[in-house]
Formats: sequence, C-alpha cells, structure tokens
Amino acid sequence: MGAHPHVGAGVLRNEDPQLLTGRAIFVDDVHLAGTLHAAFLRSDFAHGRLLSVDTSAAKRREGVIAVYTAEDLGDYWCHGPLLVPPPPIAGLTFNTATLVPLARDRVVHVGEPIAVVVAESRYIAEDALEDIVVDIEPLPVVVGLEEALAPDSPVIHEALGTNVAAHVVQQKGDYEAARGDAHTVVSRKFSYDRGVAGAIENRGILADWNARNEELTVWDTTQAPIPIRNGLAERLGLLQSQVRVVAPFLGGGFGPKMMMFYPEELLIPWISMRLERPVKWIEDRAESFFATTNERLQLHEAELAVDSEGRILGVKDVFLHDSGAYDPYGITVPINTQCTLLGPYRVPNYYSEFTAVFTNKTIVTPVRGAGRQHGVFVMERLLDFAAKELGIDRVEIRKRNFLTPDEFPHDHEILFQDSAPLVYDSGDYLPAMEKAAEMIGYRKFLDEEQPKARAEGRRLGLGIVSYVEGTGIGPYEGARVSVEPSGKVQLATGVGTQGQGHFTTFAQIVADQLGVDVTDVHVVTGDTREFSWGTGTFASRGIVVAGSACHEAAIVVRKRILSVASEALEAAEDDLELADGVVRVKGSDLSISLGELAVRANPLRGAVAAGAEPGLEATSYFGPARGTTASGVHAMIVEIDPETLEVSIQRYVVVHDCGRLVNPVIVDGQIHGGVAHGIGNAFFEELVYDDQGQLLNASFMDYLLPTATDVPHMEVAHVETPSPLNPLGVKGVGEAGAIPVGALYAQALEDALQGAVEIREIPLSPGRLFDLVQDAEADS
Amino acid sequence: MEVTLTVNGVEHRADVEPRLLLSDFLRHGLELTGTHVGCEHGVCGACTVLMDGAAVRSCLVFAVQADGCELATVEGLAPGGDELHPIQDAFREAHGLQCGFCTPGILMTLVPFLRENPDPSEAEVRAALSGNLCRCTGYQNIVAATRLAASKLREVEV
Repeated sequence: MGAHPHVGAGVLRNEDPQLLTGRAIFVDDVHLAGTLHAAFLRSDFAHGRLLSVDTSAAKRREGVIAVYTAEDLGDYWCHGPLLVPPPPIAGLTFNTATLVPLARDRVVHVGEPIAVVVAESRYIAEDALEDIVVDIEPLPVVVGLEEALAPDSPVIHEALGTNVAAHVVQQKGDYEAARGDAHTVVSRKFSYDRGVAGAIENRGILADWNARNEELTVWDTTQAPIPIRNGLAERLGLLQSQVRVVAPFLGGGFGPKMMMFYPEELLIPWISMRLERPVKWIEDRAESFFATTNERLQLHEAELAVDSEGRILGVKDVFLHDSGAYDPYGITVPINTQCTLLGPYRVPNYYSEFTAVFTNKTIVTPVRGAGRQHGVFVMERLLDFAAKELGIDRVEIRKRNFLTPDEFPHDHEILFQDSAPLVYDSGDYLPAMEKAAEMIGYRKFLDEEQPKARAEGRRLGLGIVSYVEGTGIGPYEGARVSVEPSGKVQLATGVGTQGQGHFTTFAQIVADQLGVDVTDVHVVTGDTREFSWGTGTFASRGIVVAGSACHEAAIVVRKRILSVASEALEAAEDDLELADGVVRVKGSDLSISLGELAVRANPLRGAVAAGAEPGLEATSYFGPARGTTASGVHAMIVEIDPETLEVSIQRYVVVHDCGRLVNPVIVDGQIHGGVAHGIGNAFFEELVYDDQGQLLNASFMDYLLPTATDVPHMEVAHVETPSPLNPLGVKGVGEAGAIPVGALYAQALEDALQGAVEIREIPLSPGRLFDLVQDAEADS
Repeated sequence: MEVTLTVNGVEHRADVEPRLLLSDFLRHGLELTGTHVGCEHGVCGACTVLMDGAAVRSCLVFAVQADGCELATVEGLAPGGDELHPIQDAFREAHGLQCGFCTPGILMTLVPFLRENPDPSEAEVRAALSGNLCRCTGYQNIVAATRLAASKLREVEV
C-alpha cells in the first residue's frame, strides 16, 4: 500500500464551488414543467375525534386540481412500517403505533395531516386549505409523562389500552448488592428536555410519475434514499427498478430526515401517479415544528453508589421517555440514553429501567445525539454530586473511574440500539481529560483566577465533563469505484449526505489507493439509480461504514489497475507504483495513465480471458459487527452576570477522540456544529407546550436557535485511538459535539454560583436560573 | 401587476400577483435557485439578496416592491468560469460552510458589510452575522472565513 497523502490532510472540499455559487441542487430547486403544488391541512387539536372533513368548497376553487382525505386513499391507507424494531431484550414490552398517511377517525397531535390539496400553485393550495371544513370533537389531552401513566389518564391509542410505548430493563451485575456495600449513595431526580433539529432547509418532496415509461422519480430531503425507494416500491406496487429516489444536496438533516416514511413522503408520489403530473410539497417552517420529528423530555430518578475513594460500585437509573404520538422508530432514543449513560467509566453493576410513553405531541425520533445527551447528563451530574459529598476533585473522581486501555474491548453486558452487545472497541480516556484540563487551565483557574474574580464580585465558573458516543453501526454500506477513460474516478455510494463533506472525505480515501488527486474523484451519493444498496446517513456512521466500503472497493480497483498495467508495461506488479494518475515502473520513465488502462480493460475487439470482468471497476460492501465507540472531554469557563443571570462563555475547549482523522478540518467543523447545537439545547431552545398539547413557540422568532453572538470560539484538540473494527481505524464524529453540553453547563453554572443552586435540569435560561436562585434563597 | 427589475445585471419583466414573495419570484419565476428559503418570516437570513446594494430578506419583500430595483443574488457573485469571488474563495479555504444551505444568504449579507467594514474585528463580524442562522458550523469557521475574505478584499482594493 502506498503513502496516504490525502487521508489525514485538511484538503479543500470538492463540493464547495457548487454550493458557494448557488449551482448546487436542493430538492426545491428542481423545476419540472407542469408541476402541481401540494399543501396539507393539519389538525389544530392535539387529541380529538375526527367527525367530518368537507372538501367540496376547496375542490371548487379555481386552480385546485384535487383534494384528498383519508377516505380517498382506499387501500393505500394503512399504518406505516415499524422502522426500527426493538433489540431482543428479555422481558421487553413494546407497543407499536406507527404513522398513518392522513388522520381518519382520530387526531393524536397538533399538526397531524388531515387532508392534502393539490393546485396549480402553492399559493392557491394554501388558499384552498381555508375552504376545508373540519369537525373535530376534542378529547382530553395527554401532555405530561407521569400523568400519561396515571390510571385515570385518557388513552391515545385505544387498541393498545395503555399509553406505555415500551418498558425495558437492562442490567449488569447486582446493583442492590453493590449499593449495600457502598460508602456513599447519591440519589437525585433529573429532567432533560431537548428540541428541534432545526435544519435550515425544511423537508420537501417532488414526485414525477412518468406514465409512458412507467417510472417514478422522487426527489426527497431524506438521509436514507434507498430505504425510501424500497418502501415506496412496495407500497405503490412497483418494482424497485421502477422507482428512483434522489436525495440531492440536503440543507442539513440532523436526524429527522431519516427514513421516516412521513405522511407527505407516502402521499406525494401516490398523488403524482394518480394525476400523472409532477407534484411538489415543500414544508414551511411553522409546519416543521409540528410535522417533523424532534426530541424531547426524559425524567430520570437515578442513584450512584461509590466507595470512600469515589470509585463507582453501581448505578441505578429509572426513567420516563416521551415518545410523542407514535413510535415508528422503536426505542432507539431511550436505549441510546440507557447505553450512553455508562460513559467512559468502569461500572460493575448497573440497573436501568425505562418506560417510553405516548403523548399527544409530535413524534420523537433521533436528533443529533439521539438520547445520548440525557444519559450523559445523569451520569456526569451524579459524579459531580458524589465528588462534592466525598470532597474529591471533580476531575479526579472521573480519572479514578475511567476504563484503562488494557480493559478494551470492554463488554457492558447489555444490548445497544443496533441489537449488538454494548462492547467498547477501543479508547484511552485519561490523556483526553488531562489535555482538556491543561488546555482550560483547570488548576490555575481554581487556585487563582476564580478566587480573584470572586473577590471582585464576578461570578466565574468552570465545567469539565466526559462522554462517549457509540458510532458507526451496521448493518452495511457499499461503494462502487470505477476509473473512466479520462483517468478520472467515479465513486458512487448509497448513503445520502447532509453537509458532512462526503464528496471530499470519500474521495480522499479512494484517491490514496489509486494515486490520483482528490479533485479527480467524482463522488455521487444519494441517488438510487447510481447505487442501489445501503441504508443511509445517521448514527454517526457515514465515514465508518460507507468510508470503509469506499476503501475496500478502491483496493480491489487498485489491484486490477496493477494487473492490467503489469501486462501493458511488461513488468511485475511489485515493480509498479501508482501516483499522479499514472502507473509507473519504479525507477524508470516507463508509465501508462489510468485512462489508457481503463480503455485497455474494456476492449472493443479481440478475445478476453474467460471469467474476466471489463473495466477498472469494483463494488464492495462493508458491514461492521458492531459500532465503534468515540469519546471526548469538554471544558468551559463561564461568567454569569449577577444582575441578569445572563451567561457568557469565556473559553470552550474540546478534546475529542474519533480514531483516525480522515480530514481534520471537516472533523473540527463537525464538532463546532455539534457544540453549537448543544449550546442551543442547554440554554436557548425549548419546545413549550401548554396543557392542551399546543406548541406555543412554533417559529424562529420564539424558538431561539443560537446565533453567531451566542456561540463562542472553540479550541479543539484530538486524541487518536484507532478503531480495530474497520480498515481505516475511524470512528464517527457527527453527533459528538452536541452530547455533553448540558452536563457541562450545569457543572459550570453551579460552580459560578458557588454552589448556591443544584442544577438537575436542562434546558436552562437566564429566567430559569433566576428562579432557581430565588428558590434556593427562599429555602435557606 | 407588471414589474421590471434587474437581477445580476439582466433586466426581467414579468406579470406577477401582488402577493408573490420576491424569494418565490427569484427562485421559481426566474429559476435563480441559489437564493434559499429557510423560515419565510425574516429570521434565518437564508434568502438574503441585495436590493439596490443593501442586504434584504427576499421572503419579507413582495416582488412588486422590487419594481425598478437592481437586485443581486449569489449567482451573480462569482466573476464567471471557475473563478470565485474573494468572499467565496475565503469560505472554501476556511471551511466556512457545511451543508451550504444558509451560505448564499450569508455571502450576500457580507458583501455590503465588508464594503463598509473592510477590516472588521471578530466581535463586529459576529454581530454582522447574528441575523443569519446556521445549524451546521457553529459559526466559528464562518467568522474565520469572513475575516479571511476581508483580507482578500483589501488586497484586491489595493
């Protein structure tokens, strides 16, 4: 294998010129002649009996082509798929309630679609929504998690007879016995709420049924075009080869654009087939707050048992999880919480029990971090409280409990979201903690800066927390590498893309094997016609799974190149080298270009050897046995204004370990974005529902995404512990930055407030901090 | 209503409904889809274009209000061919974009900002960007790209 000039280098991105000049195509940029435009009528009630829908006036409006309700769908109306069945955990209860395309008898959350109007323009379609008369008899609404489980609670899905979506217990060792041996047990209740993904591009779909060649083309803002293609073919009674799903450039995804089979995703292609015209629906921002999945509240009751030195003997955690109105994504989010809580620590005894609860709210599915935040918050807070009670330094208590490099692979003896055992593949946590402490100036801050600031009446605080992230799960992805007669390389893979730089990082991996420049590798992602197998971009798995497939395919093509070149140059393969787009006989001027070799490998005349394959092309697949565990430490210094309780971040340090870095510039960018998202969750963003299940802040005026003046400069450093589970040694990084930020805020703010309050909840805000301080003062 | 306006130096005449948003007119009427729409209530800044040289949110302007105006969109920024505008160049060099959806609005916000502030501090850049939402980058590399763009533009001016 040759040198790797590209992997590991911060090469410029191949996709940027298109994106910077406005040429890149996003779904709403596709214009087809004769396109009709759809708009959805959505429920204004969180829970109700749908008595009637009168669409006659809407149908009479000029420019309206069709209006559909559940009744019009006939056999096409049915419950959608259970996308992620729960892992085979003993004793698990799982109650399935999957999405319906349009509400029929009942509405179960605000924003659930009831009817769809198709018109000559979106403006007319929206006008016609006003013409539709809907009669809904309101039912009592289920909002709170504890209330949902009360015996007298209304039940959302009558057929299930309960609001329990899932009940899961996973355990390791014997927590109760460990508790009996403990020197100290800290017990607390925690509440951790999250919010929207907030991709700046809303969802959208354009479907074009071509009745003459009987082909359906669907442009979809999906992170998983291949599963959508497969599902649509099945539902519409078409061959998979008759359906092409294209996920072009996506304006951010962050989870909710996964293979959801949203109602709109099912209906727009169906309508296009009926009307034999292209039909487009583009979500607006208000719709996205109701109709696109998000992530929300968990309530935890947890305890940590430690010995007198602060060593963990066991953890117990019992929590409630808000599933929203349906649970098509199984238990992915709460099981991530359950598994990620363990963090980088040695936890010999663990009891974890959760109940996922149906509520009359938007569906909960993974958003960047996907439940990991909640678990990290619980564990990090418990360690902080234990440290305080035992008089141990907070960095020291973490160090004492870190798994050491000789303990890998480390089996936690429970199952992860991918149904595989939760086994950490590799890690080295101590150097990351030490580096972060050094970068933030931990000792100096505590010994000098903070006391000095306090003497001046300033409230400065420091936070420092650890986390792990299970990344890069299977099942598999594939890639096809082919050298064209021009000498340029075409690389196709099935994963979609959402801004992570796949056009560059995948190209870097292939360029190194083939000895070409990274700009000569043309990457295609997210078009089922170009690549037909795979799942998608989620769970921080793109570089691990698809990247490894690119690597494997490139190795096969490299071998083919050498074999054809060996014949052409009449030299042994061992004497050949690939560089600068040519194969050269080492130490000579004798060479042949990849383009010429591609032509030779695809002759127009003459006989080829039996069994020979044409061209310089290979397709490979990569499926890891299980995920690979990334990790990190975040530290920050904050100052709180004593009057307004406004928080300003003075320093923010990240030390991250995602194994080998393919493109450090892109990796840092992923971390920056994750941290910003985490800051939003911790201190700015909150979905505020009233007791009728109405979302009170469904706009960017009222739901605050952090801006450039809210997010600090971040100092990022890396530790590289390669993964043994893939040929590149890489681990995923997409979600990492967002995961520990809530725990970090809580510790730093407590520190700044000199322990006046104990923070057991996220999100915070100046207003909430004020309340906490007032309550604490009233108590004391 | 009939409107006549110039976009990136090209004159367009069209008959539009009074309620048609300028963003929709540019994107779907003229098929200049580089201008993106993220919220349609004037917060995210993705739809920012220049109207007579000033940055405006095209989702908060009706097409009829742009009658007689000179508009500039991201499509008109680069000089042509493979060459990029110095601000675009700086964004590529400093990894100032990820998904690239908010980017055209940010570029168009920065054109007049950097004209008026050729050597901005980090705090000034952050304030200037605070009306543009980005969910991917955490703004850090956008800030760096902006300052790099400023230095590139200063070189061009000299």
